[in-house]
Amino acid sequence: MKGMLHVQFLKFFLSRLAVFIMVVFIGVTTVFFIPRLMPSNPVEGMVSQLQANSSLMDPAAVAKLREVLTQNFGLNGTLFEQYFGFIKRVVFTQDFGPSLSMYPTPVSKLIGTALPWSLGLLLTTTLLAWLIGNAIGLLAGFRKDKTYSRILEGIAITLYPIPYYIFALVLVIFFAYILPVFPLTTIVVGKGLSLQHIVSIIYNSFLPAISMILIGTGWWVLSMKAITTGIAEEDYVVFARLKGLSERKIMTKYVLRNATLPQVTMLSLQLGTIFSGAIVTEILFSYPGVGTLIYNAILQSDYNLILGTITVSILAVSTATFLIDLLYPFLDPRIRYK
Amino acid sequence: MKNWNLQLKIGVFILAIFLIFGVILPLFYTGNPIEWGKFPKNLKPSSAHIFGTTNLGQDTFWVLLKSIQNSFFIGLLVAFFATLIGVLLGMLSGFRGGILDRVITLIMDTFIVIPSLPILILLAGLLKGRASVLSISLVLIIFNWPWPARQVRAMALTLRERDFIDTALFSGESTFKIITREIFPFVTSWSLANFINTILVAIRTESGLAVIGMSSNEQATLGTMIYWAIQHQAMMAGRWWWIGSPVVAITLIFISLFLILSGSQQYSALRRGK
Amino acid sequence: MMRLNNLSARYNILTGYVNAVDNVSFEVMDNEIFGIAGESGCGKSTLLKVMYDLVSYPLEISDGSVEIGGKDSSGKAVILKTGEIKKSWWRNISYIPQGAMHVMNPVTKVDTQFYDAISKQNCNFNKKALRQEIINYLHELELPASVISAYPHQLSGGMKQRVIIALATFLNPGIVLADEPTTALDVVVQRGILTMLSRVQRKMKNSMVIVSHDMGVHYQITNRLGIMYAGQMIEIGPTEEIFSTPRHPYTQMLINALPRIGDLNQKEGIPGTPPSLKNPPPGCRFAARCPKATDLCRVKQPEVFQINDRHQASCHLLYDL
Repeated sequence: MKGMLHVQFLKFFLSRLAVFIMVVFIGVTTVFFIPRLMPSNPVEGMVSQLQANSSLMDPAAVAKLREVLTQNFGLNGTLFEQYFGFIKRVVFTQDFGPSLSMYPTPVSKLIGTALPWSLGLLLTTTLLAWLIGNAIGLLAGFRKDKTYSRILEGIAITLYPIPYYIFALVLVIFFAYILPVFPLTTIVVGKGLSLQHIVSIIYNSFLPAISMILIGTGWWVLSMKAITTGIAEEDYVVFARLKGLSERKIMTKYVLRNATLPQVTMLSLQLGTIFSGAIVTEILFSYPGVGTLIYNAILQSDYNLILGTITVSILAVSTATFLIDLLYPFLDPRIRYK
Repeated sequence: MKNWNLQLKIGVFILAIFLIFGVILPLFYTGNPIEWGKFPKNLKPSSAHIFGTTNLGQDTFWVLLKSIQNSFFIGLLVAFFATLIGVLLGMLSGFRGGILDRVITLIMDTFIVIPSLPILILLAGLLKGRASVLSISLVLIIFNWPWPARQVRAMALTLRERDFIDTALFSGESTFKIITREIFPFVTSWSLANFINTILVAIRTESGLAVIGMSSNEQATLGTMIYWAIQHQAMMAGRWWWIGSPVVAITLIFISLFLILSGSQQYSALRRGK
Repeated sequence: MMRLNNLSARYNILTGYVNAVDNVSFEVMDNEIFGIAGESGCGKSTLLKVMYDLVSYPLEISDGSVEIGGKDSSGKAVILKTGEIKKSWWRNISYIPQGAMHVMNPVTKVDTQFYDAISKQNCNFNKKALRQEIINYLHELELPASVISAYPHQLSGGMKQRVIIALATFLNPGIVLADEPTTALDVVVQRGILTMLSRVQRKMKNSMVIVSHDMGVHYQITNRLGIMYAGQMIEIGPTEEIFSTPRHPYTQMLINALPRIGDLNQKEGIPGTPPSLKNPPPGCRFAARCPKATDLCRVKQPEVFQINDRHQASCHLLYDL
């Protein structure tokens, strides 16, 4: 594509890359330092917990255990040695060590199992909410004097402020207690790509997905409507009408294509918020994704798992944001070419 | 007030009800509403206990009010400081430009991308539910100042081009005077919108944390109230007042805040002559 | 060809009506450039909109009619009235709006802007052949062929204006309306635009109506000129005559205010402001600012006075001659 490597685009790419690197850097550093600022020593906590649960262990075994745990926690050496060791492990080998609550399963394996569930839920619900919300918002904004536009806006106004998990709670109460149609916890049946498995996945994911889609749509409807009404008054839309173009063409080719630009930007900004909401929703439904994994990790003081899941979360969100940011120039020729 | 549109009126009305119930009424309550075992457990609503009692022997109604009070406290605290910091940094960044702008923007973007909840969960989880309201508020402030900053910066960038700023500059006014006298009127309406939005986000994030037990569990906030209710099987036992009232309260508070936000934006657009 | 018969139009504001156009009648012939001049707020932009059949709430026609001559889809000559004109947009009549700089879709290239305008007229067209035709036309108008693959933001203001003119004239409509085509452009570019407009008109031999508050624009390219004041057309005539012998006091003051090379006299503006169009005064609308106003002027509206068969003005003083 001629002009793609234009200076403008390169500057844009570099600036987003800088943010990506900063986010990963600050995120990983924060995740590293916060636990170490805690007053309690995780190794001691672990040791005393094991001693409380099992019968007495002889001092030599306890000492060995302490050594192994310190090794696994990466608590050897000075703070800086630990830090760089951590960075090296995380960035280059994605090794977070073994899970302490499910010893000796490596943390990366646990995350690997949970991640597809979360990604599946997040991707489908975010995309659906964005697409549906934008479509409704476009119609509502383009024909803002019609009654259905006002009704749609009213519904969106009621839906948008409700947090995902509040709605999730309402759904849980409704569907699991009052009309027990959907399960409260996730029990998946079947394996592989069998129909039974797929249906089971959908059945179990339905409630969390619905809560996220419905509430998410609210926001996109509102922002798209606002953007659309703004664009509909722009000179080039008026001129398109003067040229005699059909309303349909104006809506799709002129308004929609221009309105999509700020919506894509908005999407990249909202990813963090959407992800946070997804975590709580997962926990409430005991959905086998990363959110529940974080939750259980914290309940069981599984230090390695905590570090692993949170680091992966930050990495995932920042990568997704970066990718969407990179998508933007392909939609807006003003960034692509001088 | 007569020029207020319907959204604004409804929003303020609902919010006012909650403010009266949540902030003013609890001042009249003697004693600690979240004290356990004060009343018999699980009573149905009656004239003595309007919403009944909880599984912990508390009067549901007064726990609810205390929760509203605390949630508002967190919301207002975070909103105040986040908006203050955000507006100042945003204006500084937008007006000065150059390297200062680049650095602040980079920090802004970084904190926007990092999802706050995992970090909050990490913090709260390690403190095992004993995180104080203040520490959670602090983290919320750190993660929420970029949003108003971003908006104010964009505004500052456009305002910088406008003629009346140049006029002030060329007639020798100091940067500070320019910022406070010429720019501030524009910024106030945006700051108000950001303030209200941040209240919303703060309460939403804290309640999200609380619902999964990662907030300051000793304190009563709307989120922790829901958490306690879930922990004590309020849903399974059908104790709808205990879990239902905070859910309804949160929903209504959010709707009212949003209506005020949306209504005030329409109002200022009207005043600008759109 | 275009004819306005006692056309009046007003804006329906909730507290009453603003009579933006009051009883305007004139004809625009084939193969001429007709200018409409006047100060801001005199109603010339509104007049142009009504001529283009761009009438929607709160604007409404309260009296009179607009007729244009055009061709239907089979090529036969027809007369189109308000309501029908709308269906003929871009084919029989086109419009170059004020601030043409921002009228192009920012995310599509110039060629798409052309295809859009044309696709309305005939649904299947050979894109390749059409593209070549467009390039040829651009070439005729002395625009570089590279323009066709450019995005609007890559073009300069003057270039954009030229592309808009090309867009508006590509289908060779019988009437082209231009609203302030040179405003917001620097003087050198202005000249280029005006040259382009007159060249296009000469080649296509159509009618052009140019609205501008800049008398210099009218002097440079219009054949006939109409002067508007407070919603009324107070003088119409050949441009040369209007500049050399203006008859209406307002026109006289307008012309006198123009600087001329070699003229060392102090220039005067016209004191005062135009009257409110919501409650216009009973007599001549210019009476309040007119240095030659009589009592009759303040009480009775002047009729149209034919100075010669091509020049007319609405002023009581002309009757005394």
